[in-house]
Amino acid sequence: MSRPALPSLLLAFLFLVAGLLLAFVIGRYPISLADVLDVVAAKLAGRAADVPPAVESVIWQVRGPRVIAAALVGAALAVAGTAFQGLFRNPLVSPDILGASSGAALGAVLGIYFSLGVFAIQALAFVGGLIAVAAVYAIGSAVRARDPVLVLVLTGVVIGALLGAGVGLVKYLADPYNQLPAMTFWLLGSLAAVAPSDLLPLFGPVTLGTLVLLALRWRMNVMSLPDEEARALGVPTGGLRIAIVAAATLVTSASVATAGIIGWIGLVVPHVARTLAGPDFARLIPAAALLGGGFLLLIDTLARTGAAIEIPLGILTALVGTPFFIWLLTSVAKTWS
Amino acid sequence: MILAGHNLTIGYSERVVGRNLDIALSTGEVLALLGPNGGGKTTLLKTLLGLIPPKGGEIELGGRPLANYTSRERARLIAYVPQSHAATFAFTVETVVLMGRTAHGNLFSRPTPADRAVATRAMERFGIIDLRERPYTMISGGERQLALLARALAQEPQFIVLDEPTASLDFGNQGRVMREIRALGASGHGVLFTTHDPNHAMRAADRAYLLRQGVRLGEGAVGQVLGRAQLEALYGTPVQLITDAGGGHSAFLPG
Repeated sequence: MSRPALPSLLLAFLFLVAGLLLAFVIGRYPISLADVLDVVAAKLAGRAADVPPAVESVIWQVRGPRVIAAALVGAALAVAGTAFQGLFRNPLVSPDILGASSGAALGAVLGIYFSLGVFAIQALAFVGGLIAVAAVYAIGSAVRARDPVLVLVLTGVVIGALLGAGVGLVKYLADPYNQLPAMTFWLLGSLAAVAPSDLLPLFGPVTLGTLVLLALRWRMNVMSLPDEEARALGVPTGGLRIAIVAAATLVTSASVATAGIIGWIGLVVPHVARTLAGPDFARLIPAAALLGGGFLLLIDTLARTGAAIEIPLGILTALVGTPFFIWLLTSVAKTWS
Repeated sequence: MILAGHNLTIGYSERVVGRNLDIALSTGEVLALLGPNGGGKTTLLKTLLGLIPPKGGEIELGGRPLANYTSRERARLIAYVPQSHAATFAFTVETVVLMGRTAHGNLFSRPTPADRAVATRAMERFGIIDLRERPYTMISGGERQLALLARALAQEPQFIVLDEPTASLDFGNQGRVMREIRALGASGHGVLFTTHDPNHAMRAADRAYLLRQGVRLGEGAVGQVLGRAQLEALYGTPVQLITDAGGGHSAFLPG
């Protein structure tokens, strides 16, 4: 019954590596695996690669940033989903639940509506996500109830609906020729526009938030017990809950700001990771990050190459996520109380 | 060391459940809290644990107000055994027991080898060492109760507070848990538990505390407090006392 730590994490790591290699090799401009490895090895050794300049340019300027962004965004959404599911002791919770995604969405469509630059749009998405979660948290804490977690989740649903109405209003008012397509594209999720300069604003917050969650891994195990039990075990649940929600929101907002709304990863991947690595967050968080990165790499490769036009990521993840969610609902009674 | 509540008013934000309650528990003694449903047993328990603040009066632990303890300091002195419940995640029994060590580490620490040794001793004591790798979600209710007892012991507390430790257990496991509670008292812990069965109080406790509709009906050594008349007053139902002619043990029957 024990789950050896190494094989499960090794498996997840190999999945990520497979996703990375596939994503580099497959595309409009096919590149052989040998060329990819040669270019990377050459860069590391500081010599010139023995490949056509076009290949090198595709790898470093076009495909590389997109591949790295896909791995980071997938990992971020999966880690955030893992944290939220543990914190709310509920398998049907995802990063969208506290309004992080819908807040970020409203921020971004407002940025597009006011014709702001790319960086300002990302910053607005980021701020929108944080404000939405802060509002949900303030309202949820103001309501004195026996089950603070349930109140938070319900508040998140209500605020999410309000923000969704805001997004709808901005889309309704937007210029249907210049702005609306950009908004729609962004709301459905895409990595097509990722440039090398986008990577640092993504990498920083995702790493910071994930490190905070990793540092709290044992306390997160205890936090998945009922609130009173966790407090009786000596865990100050109020402050820790704020820290975990803030870290997970930071990670979510950064990925939404880069790639738009990509649903389902934060719901599906934590389950797969838990099946693979067990419920202990010390192994669960790394497993979820590796699997989430690999999963979005596969999805994004499919999005780039599956059809004559780019397929929005949110649509592909929904195609995978919906059947999974239905299966989860039918099996939930067996594994969750 | 003494855990004591003086002139407590207990309840939730909008509702007072009990008033003028005085209760004291010393290390090395077992106190049973008896009373009908809705009488305030669990509320009193959680107030003494510091999980809900008293609406009036004060609680002292080792001569210091309980409210002045941090949750970590408190957890090193008082352990809580909730009613055994199904868990959300399939942690192993060992991980569940190790969670009792949380208050002995800092915010970022993981259980150390020393913590594992303490957890192993606790599992051995309750005879669940063979279950250490089993998921907590896949063991029986009786085994879960023993795992929660082992977790409380791994906390290395002075006091252990149990909420209906025998509820939903079969007859054999009820006896087992009663024996363990007696042993915990004998090994120097102060033990407080609620129960619906006066016979469990008779078998496991030194003293009993009778609580009806938030009012203390009586308190004292089980032999003095647990009589037919007191139990009839406590539960509002006729009670029979039957005595084993051979051993001299007696038991109560309701109705």
